[in-house]
Amino acid sequence: MPDHPSRRPPKRVHLAAQLPSVQHTTVWSDPRSGSQIAFDSFERLARTAERGKFDFFFLSEGLRLREHKGRLHDLDVVGRPESLTVLSALSAVTSRIGLAATVNSTFNEPYEVARRLATLDHLSGGRAAWNVVTSWDAFTGENFRRGGFLDEADRYTRAAEFLHAARALWDSWRPGDVRADAAGGTFTRADAGRFSYRGRHFDIAGRFATPRPPQGHPVVIQAGDSPQGREFAAADADVIFSRHSDLAGGRAFYRDVKGRLAKYGRTPDELKIIPSVTYALGDTPAEAAEHAAEIARAQVGPQTALMLLEALWGRDLSGYDPDGPLPDVEPLPDAVVTRGHTQFRAGRAETVRRWRESAEARGLSIRELAIEFAGRPDFVGTPRQVADAINEFVQTDAADGFIFVPHLTPGGLDDLVDRVVPLLQEMGVHRADYTGPTLRDHLGLNAPREPREPGGPREPREPRVLRADSLQEETP
Amino acid sequence: MTHLHLAVALDGAGWHPAAWREPDARPEELFTARHWAGLVREAERGLLDFVTFEDALGLQSAAFHRPDTRTDQVRGRLDAVLLAAALAPLTSHIGLVPTTNVTHTEPFHLATGIASLDHASLGRAGWRPQITSRAADAAHFGRRTTPQLTDADVLDSELIAARLRELFDEAHEVVEAVRRLWDSWEDDAEIRDAATGRFIDRDRLHHVDFAGAHFAVRGPSITPRPPQGQPLVTVLAHASTPYELAAAGADLVYLTPHSRADATARLDALAAATAARPRPLLRPLKVFADLVVFLDDRPGRAAARKRRLDDLDGAAYTSDAEVFTGTPGELADLLLDWREAGLDGYRLRPGALPHDLTAITTGLVPELRRRAAFRTAYTADTLRGLLHLPRPANRYASAGRR
Repeated sequence: MPDHPSRRPPKRVHLAAQLPSVQHTTVWSDPRSGSQIAFDSFERLARTAERGKFDFFFLSEGLRLREHKGRLHDLDVVGRPESLTVLSALSAVTSRIGLAATVNSTFNEPYEVARRLATLDHLSGGRAAWNVVTSWDAFTGENFRRGGFLDEADRYTRAAEFLHAARALWDSWRPGDVRADAAGGTFTRADAGRFSYRGRHFDIAGRFATPRPPQGHPVVIQAGDSPQGREFAAADADVIFSRHSDLAGGRAFYRDVKGRLAKYGRTPDELKIIPSVTYALGDTPAEAAEHAAEIARAQVGPQTALMLLEALWGRDLSGYDPDGPLPDVEPLPDAVVTRGHTQFRAGRAETVRRWRESAEARGLSIRELAIEFAGRPDFVGTPRQVADAINEFVQTDAADGFIFVPHLTPGGLDDLVDRVVPLLQEMGVHRADYTGPTLRDHLGLNAPREPREPGGPREPREPRVLRADSLQEETP
Repeated sequence: MTHLHLAVALDGAGWHPAAWREPDARPEELFTARHWAGLVREAERGLLDFVTFEDALGLQSAAFHRPDTRTDQVRGRLDAVLLAAALAPLTSHIGLVPTTNVTHTEPFHLATGIASLDHASLGRAGWRPQITSRAADAAHFGRRTTPQLTDADVLDSELIAARLRELFDEAHEVVEAVRRLWDSWEDDAEIRDAATGRFIDRDRLHHVDFAGAHFAVRGPSITPRPPQGQPLVTVLAHASTPYELAAAGADLVYLTPHSRADATARLDALAAATAARPRPLLRPLKVFADLVVFLDDRPGRAAARKRRLDDLDGAAYTSDAEVFTGTPGELADLLLDWREAGLDGYRLRPGALPHDLTAITTGLVPELRRRAAFRTAYTADTLRGLLHLPRPANRYASAGRR
């Protein structure tokens, strides 16, 4: 516990929602499960989150369909629209909720991404956010002009430079550069949009085509847990959403990340820690537990259990019974049978060892074990229990809030918003209504410092070298 | 008489560079959703077929081929695909056709962006692929150089086309790769077969394996096949090379004739290009003519308004397209006359917004209706439906069956 929790006013809880994407989170076999493509689904989820006065609605990204054992993976939801396009459409049917898109920095260019994010910020009146990610393999590169053009270490220096270049582009228009003085005949300042950015990965210059976005800079989100990833977030991000689902792990992460901000001249409030979580509610604790077990069984069917084990073992296990014991063959920890996934990328041998120990100690089958490790919701309980748990995480500095990933589209958030959010509001830790128009307002983030000297060449800070696991292509 | 098709090209405060200074313009709102929503709803009230949104990777310039430093004209734009998407939920029938660059962009992103616009609009998306040769635009990406046109080049559209042939060839590859990605999912690929645990039938998804001279794309798309199967591909063409691009890759082409006889000549040139490139999947090719329009009810007033704007801008406004000034009745006469050359419709570029758009919807449209030359109600929900174009078959569909 923190030293004197009673002496400070309660922290506000930040709430966000994510449309479940292409992991096995989505229980598509449920009769209530709707389209993951139809705009109606996005609209309903985003409106529900806005009804709950959430900070933002979040979409992940994928740039190559996943393949397992050399064929398209067919067990989970497949297919999604392009995030920024959907979020722009959502800007027309929502009015306050933030709109956060994952956009890859490996297979895009700063000029274009900065422009699209500035556009979303304009169209939404200051509600745009960008989750900066990078791809980690040439497999994804096969869909792009550039192919697999960087080695792994360089992808992360590119990500950092990419973000700095985007900020240079947003800064190239100062507030007030659009004069629109019809009588005087001046539409813009003469040098509006002039920029230059030089680094190891980018040498670009010219005029940026979109005026300064309402938030100055859209909110920057980062996911990543390695020391390098934490450093990147401390230096450059507004939100980090790495996942630490137990209190102790969350507090340690929180202390560590917030402790890194001072050396970048930032205060702890300038980076919000908002992990991504799943949940299951029930009228009684027992009912909630049963609901959670049902969800897990639906998420990890027999085929999915085997697939998860094959990804971990690095080999074909199709001869094994999902309801039988773990394979007696040894894993091939470096073999890749699943491409386009980020699960099990690092420390697979160690994971296999832990899974085996756990299975032996408790007599678990393949599927039971997979459910145990890959299917259990993070928050399980009555609405009161879940509200209390959320609040405890936040008040004891294990998180600043949560991104909730429902297991159903599009109705999956209804119970959370109808049953848990009012309790958080009663507790005085969640807003009764929005107090400002922009996502920065919701998050309590200051506007970025306004650029003073437009146009001059901008030398980047030396980008930090980030490890492969510090930025993920797939968000959880 | 069959009905004309009418589209409107939206850009900034209108196509005249001084339009933003008109009393009814709201230039401070050009970068807000509200400005665009008002315009597109007005176009939909007029039952127009579609609106297009201009875009470019660089800042606008008074010169075709290089940047300028003027401060007295509109500078700055929003990304056209995202703008179109924001207007989709606010409209129900009108087509939404953004322009995108295809020289410095990724075909995969273009394919998923336009497909997503089609999903969000329930089948009302189109696309105008556009090349860029400006050295200034290339410097925004720092990856390649493009041929820099000279002041002499830009006087002749055939010279431009010849100098930029390689970029047009690449644009054709982009269109082909994008179309393949749209087809990479069969319509019924999502099966949700709980019994076998399969969400998709993997045999109904296809690697596109596009390999051209300029890039390769493996596929399939991350986005399922859009509602129209293939969103409408439109190309603006002034010369032989772009005619070839239109003939090979477009569903609809915008020409820029300056008279009925010129329309005939351009249609003949387009027909020759079409004949040289068989298009079994894409026929028929619709042909629109572009016109810049200044419209007022009283004779002479539109021309006077244009002169006043010309004075403000310091030069007489000209365009690649014919610039029309006159009454809605006079414009209706022209449209019905030129169409005899074989045009399917027109894309009108309003000189000043909202004035000339409102003159189209409340002046020209009723005038055409009086002559039984324009629809009185929307009779289709998709853009292809409005244009009487079939939903294309999926090129991979038969190959996908086990």
